[in-house]
Amino acid sequence: MPSNTIAEYTFAVNEEGFFTNREEWSEPLAEMLASMVGIGELTDAHWAALRFMRDDQAKTGVTPTLRRMQTQGKFDVKQLFTLFPGKPAKMMSYLAGLPKPVGCV
Amino acid sequence: MRTVPEGFILPSFGGASAAASVDVATQTMPSGGGYSGPRKLVLICSKGNLDMAYPGLILGNAAAGEGIEVHMFFTFWGLDIVNKKTNGKLQFTMVGNTAMHMADLGNLHPGLEHWSMPQWMGRIPGMTKIATNMMHKQIADLGVPTVPEFLDLLDAAGVKMWACRMSFDMMKMIEADLHPAVQGVISATDFMELSEGAQTLFI
Repeated sequence: MPSNTIAEYTFAVNEEGFFTNREEWSEPLAEMLASMVGIGELTDAHWAALRFMRDDQAKTGVTPTLRRMQTQGKFDVKQLFTLFPGKPAKMMSYLAGLPKPVGCV
Repeated sequence: MRTVPEGFILPSFGGASAAASVDVATQTMPSGGGYSGPRKLVLICSKGNLDMAYPGLILGNAAAGEGIEVHMFFTFWGLDIVNKKTNGKLQFTMVGNTAMHMADLGNLHPGLEHWSMPQWMGRIPGMTKIATNMMHKQIADLGVPTVPEFLDLLDAAGVKMWACRMSFDMMKMIEADLHPAVQGVISATDFMELSEGAQTLFI
Protein backbone atom coordinates (compact mmCIF):
# COMPACT_ATOMS: atom_id res chain seq x y z
CA MET A 1 0.00 0.00 0.00
CA PRO A 2 1.62 3.31 -1.05
CA SER A 3 1.67 6.30 1.25
CA ASN A 4 1.95 10.02 0.73
CA THR A 5 4.03 12.41 2.79
CA ILE A 6 3.60 16.14 2.92
CA ALA A 7 5.14 18.34 5.61
CA GLU A 8 4.69 16.41 8.88
CA TYR A 9 1.79 14.31 7.56
CA THR A 10 1.99 10.77 6.22
CA PHE A 11 -1.14 8.94 5.07
CA ALA A 12 -1.88 5.68 3.26
CA VAL A 13 -3.41 5.94 -0.20
CA ASN A 14 -4.61 3.59 -2.92
CA GLU A 15 -2.92 3.39 -6.32
CA GLU A 16 -4.89 6.42 -7.52
CA GLY A 17 -3.91 8.53 -4.52
CA PHE A 18 -7.18 8.49 -2.55
CA PHE A 19 -7.07 8.06 1.24
CA THR A 20 -7.56 4.53 2.49
CA ASN A 21 -7.85 5.48 6.16
CA ARG A 22 -10.09 8.41 7.03
CA GLU A 23 -8.49 8.69 10.46
CA GLU A 24 -5.22 9.83 8.89
CA TRP A 25 -6.96 12.98 7.64
CA SER A 26 -6.96 16.30 9.46
CA GLU A 27 -8.16 19.82 8.71
CA PRO A 28 -4.70 21.39 8.33
CA LEU A 29 -3.78 18.54 5.96
CA ALA A 30 -6.91 19.22 3.92
CA GLU A 31 -5.87 22.88 3.62
CA MET A 32 -2.52 21.78 2.20
CA LEU A 33 -4.08 19.33 -0.24
CA ALA A 34 -6.57 21.96 -1.38
CA SER A 35 -3.73 24.25 -2.27
CA MET A 36 -2.09 21.40 -4.17
CA VAL A 37 -5.17 20.67 -6.32
CA GLY A 38 -5.55 24.33 -7.18
CA ILE A 39 -8.40 25.38 -4.90
CA GLY A 40 -6.36 27.62 -2.66
CA GLU A 41 -8.03 28.80 0.51
CA LEU A 42 -10.90 26.62 1.78
CA THR A 43 -13.87 28.85 2.60
CA ASP A 44 -16.79 28.09 4.91
CA ALA A 45 -18.75 26.91 1.88
CA HIS A 46 -15.99 24.42 1.01
CA TRP A 47 -15.85 23.23 4.60
CA ALA A 48 -19.61 22.73 4.82
CA ALA A 49 -19.45 20.33 1.87
CA LEU A 50 -16.38 18.49 3.17
CA ARG A 51 -17.82 18.11 6.67
CA PHE A 52 -21.09 16.80 5.29
CA MET A 53 -19.18 14.25 3.23
CA ARG A 54 -17.26 13.02 6.25
CA ASP A 55 -20.32 12.88 8.50
CA ASP A 56 -22.36 11.06 5.87
CA GLN A 57 -19.59 8.58 5.11
CA ALA A 58 -19.19 7.88 8.83
CA LYS A 59 -22.89 6.99 8.98
CA THR A 60 -23.27 4.98 5.79
CA GLY A 61 -19.75 3.74 5.13
CA VAL A 62 -20.08 5.02 1.56
CA THR A 63 -18.80 8.30 0.15
CA PRO A 64 -21.86 10.32 -0.96
CA THR A 65 -22.35 11.17 -4.63
CA LEU A 66 -23.26 14.66 -5.87
CA ARG A 67 -26.90 13.55 -6.02
CA ARG A 68 -26.82 12.55 -2.38
CA MET A 69 -25.13 15.84 -1.49
CA GLN A 70 -28.09 17.50 -3.17
CA THR A 71 -30.91 15.43 -1.66
CA GLN A 72 -29.53 14.70 1.81
CA GLY A 73 -27.16 17.61 2.35
CA LYS A 74 -29.33 20.21 0.57
CA PHE A 75 -26.30 21.49 -1.33
CA ASP A 76 -26.70 23.35 -4.59
CA VAL A 77 -25.08 21.24 -7.33
CA LYS A 78 -24.20 24.28 -9.41
CA GLN A 79 -22.40 25.81 -6.45
CA LEU A 80 -20.46 22.59 -5.81
CA PHE A 81 -19.25 22.70 -9.41
CA THR A 82 -18.07 26.27 -8.79
CA LEU A 83 -16.39 25.49 -5.47
CA PHE A 84 -14.69 22.32 -6.70
CA PRO A 85 -14.27 22.80 -10.46
CA GLY A 86 -13.63 19.92 -12.85
CA LYS A 87 -14.50 16.75 -10.97
CA PRO A 88 -16.37 18.03 -7.89
CA ALA A 89 -17.33 14.70 -6.30
CA LYS A 90 -13.85 13.23 -6.63
CA MET A 91 -12.18 16.41 -5.45
CA MET A 92 -14.44 16.72 -2.41
CA SER A 93 -13.94 13.10 -1.43
CA TYR A 94 -10.18 13.57 -1.72
CA LEU A 95 -10.11 16.72 0.38
CA ALA A 96 -12.38 15.03 2.94
CA GLY A 97 -9.95 12.12 3.25
CA LEU A 98 -12.38 9.56 1.84
CA PRO A 99 -12.40 7.02 -0.99
CA LYS A 100 -13.83 8.35 -4.26
CA PRO A 101 -17.61 7.91 -4.65
CA VAL A 102 -18.65 4.74 -6.45
CA GLY A 103 -22.36 5.44 -7.06
CA CYS A 104 -23.49 6.06 -10.66
CA VAL A 105 -25.85 8.91 -9.81
CA MET B 1 -0.46 26.85 -5.38
CA ARG B 2 1.56 24.30 -3.43
CA THR B 3 3.83 22.08 -5.50
CA VAL B 4 3.39 18.31 -5.38
CA PRO B 5 6.23 16.68 -3.39
CA GLU B 6 8.31 14.01 -5.06
CA GLY B 7 6.76 10.55 -4.90
CA PHE B 8 3.38 11.96 -3.92
CA ILE B 9 0.44 10.19 -5.61
CA LEU B 10 -2.17 12.78 -6.49
CA PRO B 11 -5.45 11.66 -8.08
CA SER B 12 -6.17 13.20 -11.45
CA PHE B 13 -8.59 16.11 -11.08
CA GLY B 14 -7.53 17.65 -14.35
CA GLY B 15 -10.77 17.03 -16.21
CA ALA B 16 -11.13 19.57 -18.95
CA SER B 17 -7.86 21.34 -18.30
CA ALA B 18 -5.84 18.11 -18.44
CA ALA B 19 -7.43 17.14 -21.72
CA ALA B 20 -6.68 20.58 -23.12
CA SER B 21 -3.05 20.38 -22.19
CA VAL B 22 -2.41 17.42 -24.53
CA ASP B 23 0.36 18.46 -26.89
CA VAL B 24 -1.39 18.40 -30.25
CA ALA B 25 1.77 19.30 -32.13
CA THR B 26 3.12 15.81 -31.53
CA GLN B 27 -0.03 14.13 -32.85
CA THR B 28 0.34 13.10 -36.45
CA MET B 29 -3.30 12.09 -37.00
CA PRO B 30 -5.82 14.91 -37.02
CA SER B 31 -8.96 14.06 -35.06
CA GLY B 32 -12.40 15.60 -35.19
CA GLY B 33 -11.59 18.08 -37.92
CA GLY B 34 -8.56 19.36 -36.06
CA TYR B 35 -10.43 19.81 -32.78
CA SER B 36 -7.92 19.87 -29.95
CA GLY B 37 -9.94 21.22 -27.03
CA PRO B 38 -11.09 19.51 -23.85
CA ARG B 39 -12.79 16.11 -23.92
CA LYS B 40 -16.35 16.38 -25.18
CA LEU B 41 -19.26 13.94 -25.15
CA VAL B 42 -22.39 14.12 -27.26
CA LEU B 43 -25.38 11.94 -26.43
CA ILE B 44 -28.09 11.54 -29.04
CA CYS B 45 -31.27 10.48 -27.24
CA SER B 46 -33.74 9.08 -29.75
CA LYS B 47 -36.07 6.93 -27.63
CA GLY B 48 -38.97 7.96 -25.42
CA ASN B 49 -39.42 4.78 -23.40
CA LEU B 50 -38.67 5.14 -19.69
CA ASP B 51 -35.94 2.50 -19.79
CA MET B 52 -34.31 4.17 -22.79
CA ALA B 53 -34.37 7.65 -21.24
CA TYR B 54 -32.16 6.79 -18.32
CA PRO B 55 -28.95 5.60 -20.06
CA GLY B 56 -28.42 9.03 -21.61
CA LEU B 57 -29.31 10.90 -18.44
CA ILE B 58 -27.00 8.79 -16.29
CA LEU B 59 -24.06 8.96 -18.69
CA GLY B 60 -24.51 12.70 -19.20
CA ASN B 61 -24.51 13.31 -15.47
CA ALA B 62 -21.48 11.09 -14.90
CA ALA B 63 -19.53 12.79 -17.68
CA ALA B 64 -20.33 16.28 -16.37
CA GLY B 65 -19.10 15.20 -12.95
CA GLU B 66 -15.80 14.19 -14.56
CA GLY B 67 -15.27 17.64 -16.01
CA ILE B 68 -16.24 16.58 -19.54
CA GLU B 69 -18.16 19.00 -21.77
CA VAL B 70 -21.53 17.32 -22.42
CA HIS B 71 -24.15 18.02 -25.06
CA MET B 72 -27.41 16.06 -25.29
CA PHE B 73 -29.40 16.09 -28.50
CA PHE B 74 -33.01 14.95 -28.23
CA THR B 75 -34.50 13.65 -31.45
CA PHE B 76 -37.59 11.73 -32.53
CA TRP B 77 -39.17 9.95 -29.56
CA GLY B 78 -36.34 11.20 -27.39
CA LEU B 79 -38.02 14.60 -27.48
CA ASP B 80 -40.52 13.18 -24.99
CA ILE B 81 -37.70 13.30 -22.42
CA VAL B 82 -37.52 17.10 -22.61
CA ASN B 83 -41.23 17.73 -23.27
CA LYS B 84 -42.75 18.89 -19.98
CA LYS B 85 -46.12 17.43 -21.03
CA THR B 86 -44.70 13.94 -21.42
CA ASN B 87 -41.47 13.55 -19.47
CA GLY B 88 -43.19 12.82 -16.18
CA LYS B 89 -45.18 10.03 -17.82
CA LEU B 90 -42.63 8.02 -19.78
CA GLN B 91 -43.51 4.33 -19.81
CA PHE B 92 -41.86 0.96 -19.84
CA THR B 93 -43.34 -1.94 -21.73
CA MET B 94 -42.60 -5.65 -21.57
CA VAL B 95 -43.62 -6.04 -25.20
CA GLY B 96 -40.67 -6.76 -27.44
CA ASN B 97 -38.36 -7.18 -24.48
CA THR B 98 -37.24 -10.79 -24.20
CA ALA B 99 -34.94 -9.93 -21.28
CA MET B 100 -38.01 -9.42 -19.10
CA HIS B 101 -37.38 -11.31 -15.89
CA MET B 102 -37.89 -10.30 -12.28
CA ALA B 103 -35.38 -10.70 -9.48
CA ASP B 104 -38.20 -10.95 -6.90
CA LEU B 105 -39.61 -14.10 -8.52
CA GLY B 106 -36.54 -15.91 -7.26
CA ASN B 107 -38.11 -15.70 -3.79
CA LEU B 108 -41.00 -17.86 -4.98
CA HIS B 109 -38.85 -20.49 -6.56
CA PRO B 110 -35.08 -20.51 -7.08
CA GLY B 111 -34.30 -20.05 -10.78
CA LEU B 112 -37.49 -18.13 -11.54
CA GLU B 113 -35.54 -14.87 -11.35
CA HIS B 114 -34.00 -15.79 -14.68
CA TRP B 115 -37.25 -16.90 -16.30
CA SER B 116 -38.08 -14.75 -19.29
CA MET B 117 -41.76 -13.83 -19.18
CA PRO B 118 -43.79 -14.77 -22.26
CA GLN B 119 -44.56 -11.90 -24.62
CA TRP B 120 -48.35 -12.31 -24.34
CA MET B 121 -48.14 -11.19 -20.72
CA GLY B 122 -47.03 -7.76 -21.87
CA ARG B 123 -50.27 -7.41 -23.82
CA ILE B 124 -52.54 -7.91 -20.81
CA PRO B 125 -54.43 -4.60 -20.37
CA GLY B 126 -52.75 -2.51 -17.69
CA MET B 127 -49.48 -4.46 -17.83
CA THR B 128 -47.51 -1.50 -19.20
CA LYS B 129 -48.73 0.60 -16.29
CA ILE B 130 -47.75 -2.06 -13.77
CA ALA B 131 -44.32 -2.53 -15.37
CA THR B 132 -43.80 1.25 -15.46
CA ASN B 133 -44.72 1.65 -11.80
CA MET B 134 -42.36 -1.15 -10.84
CA MET B 135 -39.52 0.42 -12.75
CA HIS B 136 -40.22 3.83 -11.17
CA LYS B 137 -39.98 2.23 -7.76
CA GLN B 138 -36.74 0.39 -8.54
CA ILE B 139 -35.18 3.60 -9.86
CA ALA B 140 -36.32 5.61 -6.83
CA ASP B 141 -34.99 2.91 -4.47
CA LEU B 142 -31.53 3.53 -5.92
CA GLY B 143 -31.82 7.25 -5.15
CA VAL B 144 -31.95 8.08 -8.85
CA PRO B 145 -34.16 11.08 -9.66
CA THR B 146 -37.26 11.10 -11.85
CA VAL B 147 -36.79 12.26 -15.44
CA PRO B 148 -37.87 15.92 -14.91
CA GLU B 149 -35.73 16.18 -11.78
CA PHE B 150 -32.82 14.57 -13.59
CA LEU B 151 -32.97 17.32 -16.24
CA ASP B 152 -32.66 19.94 -13.47
CA LEU B 153 -29.67 18.07 -12.07
CA LEU B 154 -28.01 17.92 -15.51
CA ASP B 155 -28.64 21.62 -15.96
CA ALA B 156 -26.99 22.39 -12.62
CA ALA B 157 -24.04 20.21 -13.64
CA GLY B 158 -23.58 22.30 -16.77
CA VAL B 159 -24.88 19.83 -19.38
CA LYS B 160 -26.11 21.53 -22.57
CA MET B 161 -29.37 20.20 -23.98
CA TRP B 162 -30.74 20.65 -27.47
CA ALA B 163 -33.94 19.66 -29.26
CA CYS B 164 -33.95 18.41 -32.84
CA ARG B 165 -35.59 20.91 -35.24
CA MET B 166 -37.14 18.34 -37.59
CA SER B 167 -38.60 16.20 -34.80
CA PHE B 168 -39.81 19.33 -33.01
CA ASP B 169 -41.69 20.46 -36.14
CA MET B 170 -42.91 16.96 -36.96
CA MET B 171 -44.38 16.47 -33.47
CA LYS B 172 -45.86 20.00 -33.63
CA MET B 173 -44.22 20.90 -30.35
CA ILE B 174 -44.15 24.41 -28.96
CA GLU B 175 -41.20 26.05 -27.19
CA ALA B 176 -43.26 26.50 -24.04
CA ASP B 177 -43.46 22.72 -23.64
CA LEU B 178 -39.70 22.29 -23.59
CA HIS B 179 -37.97 21.83 -20.26
CA PRO B 180 -36.41 25.21 -19.41
CA ALA B 181 -32.89 23.74 -19.40
CA VAL B 182 -33.10 23.06 -23.15
CA GLN B 183 -30.88 25.66 -24.82
CA GLY B 184 -32.58 25.65 -28.17
CA VAL B 185 -34.09 23.84 -31.12
CA ILE B 186 -31.32 23.16 -33.62
CA SER B 187 -30.92 21.61 -37.05
CA ALA B 188 -28.84 18.62 -38.04
CA THR B 189 -26.18 20.95 -39.45
CA ASP B 190 -26.00 22.91 -36.17
CA PHE B 191 -25.57 19.56 -34.48
CA MET B 192 -22.60 18.75 -36.73
CA GLU B 193 -20.89 21.92 -35.58
CA LEU B 194 -21.43 21.37 -31.88
CA SER B 195 -20.39 17.73 -32.07
CA GLU B 196 -17.03 18.50 -33.65
CA GLY B 197 -14.33 16.52 -31.91
CA ALA B 198 -16.80 14.88 -29.53
CA GLN B 199 -17.24 11.27 -28.61
CA THR B 200 -20.77 10.54 -29.78
CA LEU B 201 -23.24 7.99 -28.50
CA PHE B 202 -26.55 7.23 -30.19
CA ILE B 203 -29.10 5.97 -27.72
